[in-house]
Amino acid sequence: MANTQQLEDITTQVRRDILRMVHKVNSGHPGGSLGCAEFFVSLYSEIMDRKEGFDMDGIGEDLFFLSNGHISPVYYSVLARSGYFPVEELNTFRLLNTRLQGHPTTHEGLPGVRIASGSLGQGMSVALGAAQAKKLNGCNHLIYSLHGDGELQEGQNWEAIMYAAGKNVDNIIATIDLNGQQIDGSTDTVLPMGSIKAKFEAFGWTVLEIEEGNNIEAILKGMAEAKSLTGKGKPVCVLLKTVMGNGIDFMMHTHAWHGKAPNDEQLAIGLAQNPETLGDY
Amino acid sequence: MKTYENQGNKDTRSGFGAGLTELGRTNPNVVALCADLIGSLKMDQFIEENPERFFQIGIAEANMMGIAAGLTIGGKIPFTGTFANFSTGRVYDQIRQSIAYSDKNVKICASHAGLTLGEDGATHQILEDIGLMKMLPGMTVINTCDYNQTKAATIAIAEHKGPVYLRFGRPKVANFTPVDQKFEIGKALHLVDGTDVTIVATGHLVWEALEAAKALNEKGISAEVIDIHTIKPLDAKAILDSVSKTKCIVTAEEHNHLGGLGESVARVLSQHNPTPQEFIATNDTFGESGTPAQLMEKYGLNADAIIKACEKVIKRK
Repeated sequence: MANTQQLEDITTQVRRDILRMVHKVNSGHPGGSLGCAEFFVSLYSEIMDRKEGFDMDGIGEDLFFLSNGHISPVYYSVLARSGYFPVEELNTFRLLNTRLQGHPTTHEGLPGVRIASGSLGQGMSVALGAAQAKKLNGCNHLIYSLHGDGELQEGQNWEAIMYAAGKNVDNIIATIDLNGQQIDGSTDTVLPMGSIKAKFEAFGWTVLEIEEGNNIEAILKGMAEAKSLTGKGKPVCVLLKTVMGNGIDFMMHTHAWHGKAPNDEQLAIGLAQNPETLGDY
Repeated sequence: MKTYENQGNKDTRSGFGAGLTELGRTNPNVVALCADLIGSLKMDQFIEENPERFFQIGIAEANMMGIAAGLTIGGKIPFTGTFANFSTGRVYDQIRQSIAYSDKNVKICASHAGLTLGEDGATHQILEDIGLMKMLPGMTVINTCDYNQTKAATIAIAEHKGPVYLRFGRPKVANFTPVDQKFEIGKALHLVDGTDVTIVATGHLVWEALEAAKALNEKGISAEVIDIHTIKPLDAKAILDSVSKTKCIVTAEEHNHLGGLGESVARVLSQHNPTPQEFIATNDTFGESGTPAQLMEKYGLNADAIIKACEKVIKRK
């Protein structure tokens, strides 16, 4: 088991990867990616029980589904740093003929990705299907998924949330990235959603909150607790309170960097705040 | 000319139910999902025999498509069941991203397609679904003509790896193709030999095409009849071989002429052998309430309409 410092080091490198990827092609979504860097690193380094290599069916291991596909930079960086494909391939992000499409896909056969996402609101249903397949296969491993808070405005989520509780899908941990931001501003100004916790609970889920969603120790502790609550007849939801743009001071606490790349000067500042740890790709 | 005997009217959706039941007994990876229409889709027997492999989703078709996509991850072969309208237009983006673009092995099984749904009216009578589905890269599109063929197609698509749209209907119609036939995806069925005109039909219009060919034969016109059950991939060779002999063609489908079988056939012909063609299809319109027979007559989708179209297209040669 890695210690917290090792995970911090990976996270610092992942932040560098994210910045460099979106800077190179002057497009992509750094804000939400940075906000979830600690979560992804914790998930792939510690929380999930993963097999070596990649096969689509993923029998005998935990699986992860990213529903808010626009945070592909953090997903790709962590997949590469976890050994699914060479880190050099991060150089091809969003370029013609790449496997690292703007939004994640299975179409080009990128190892680690099991479903396309980008059009929002679909990932919860897919994760539930994979969870049901695990049960049919007698596989006791878990399904993890990640969703944006703004993404919960898509109605399909609520079909899935109702189904999961109604049908006792208790081998899933769905995490909501609660950063309070979406493209047009704060979620409270775009479409106030009230208490997401109360809504999930009303639908019959067990809900856990991780107040410090950018603190690796807090994430590990919260997710371990979430795991202990699976298998008890109820789906488990984790509300992960994160800061968009975390780790790059001028990108934090704003929706301005949702879908905007840094310029050369901004890149230099951001990289200076996150010194190389594992080696740049 | 070769004629076909109606073995007794049956609904194509019951053919689906029978095929699914057989798959339940023979293929342990087949699972079924339904959005609150078990009786309409004739899924009862599969559910009775395989309760653990059935997922009642409730009235939530978007969720059903996503769950089906997820079930393939782990090796299951999901068959979704609801009306054609709710299987396609309502959930187009879910099918596009989570199933087609993700290349998931989901079988989208759609009943109550077209006008013959009848009295429920236009909200439920989709006439655009073939177009919607054939435009999705990688999607196989099948529209079966009778009970026996629907049963065989249901069984066959389980062996095909990749997403499939299987379209069938509500009313009891002539059942005339062989019992326990082998269904070959993408291979047209040559039903009647003829020399004057080719009739290419799909779905409920195949029986009407056979009736039309019989009547034309009595008038001294020799019509060739081909059942195109697979609209994508289209059996271009069967069509081109036939028109090289007959020099004209009528396409017949229970669907809008925009986006349907007729347009797929026209594309093949314009590229390889430009040929006069008439279209039996709805003319950019919604349906309405009525009995199936009344609707098919009002919208020009029956044997009489096919006969007139054949006579017209022969004159254009």
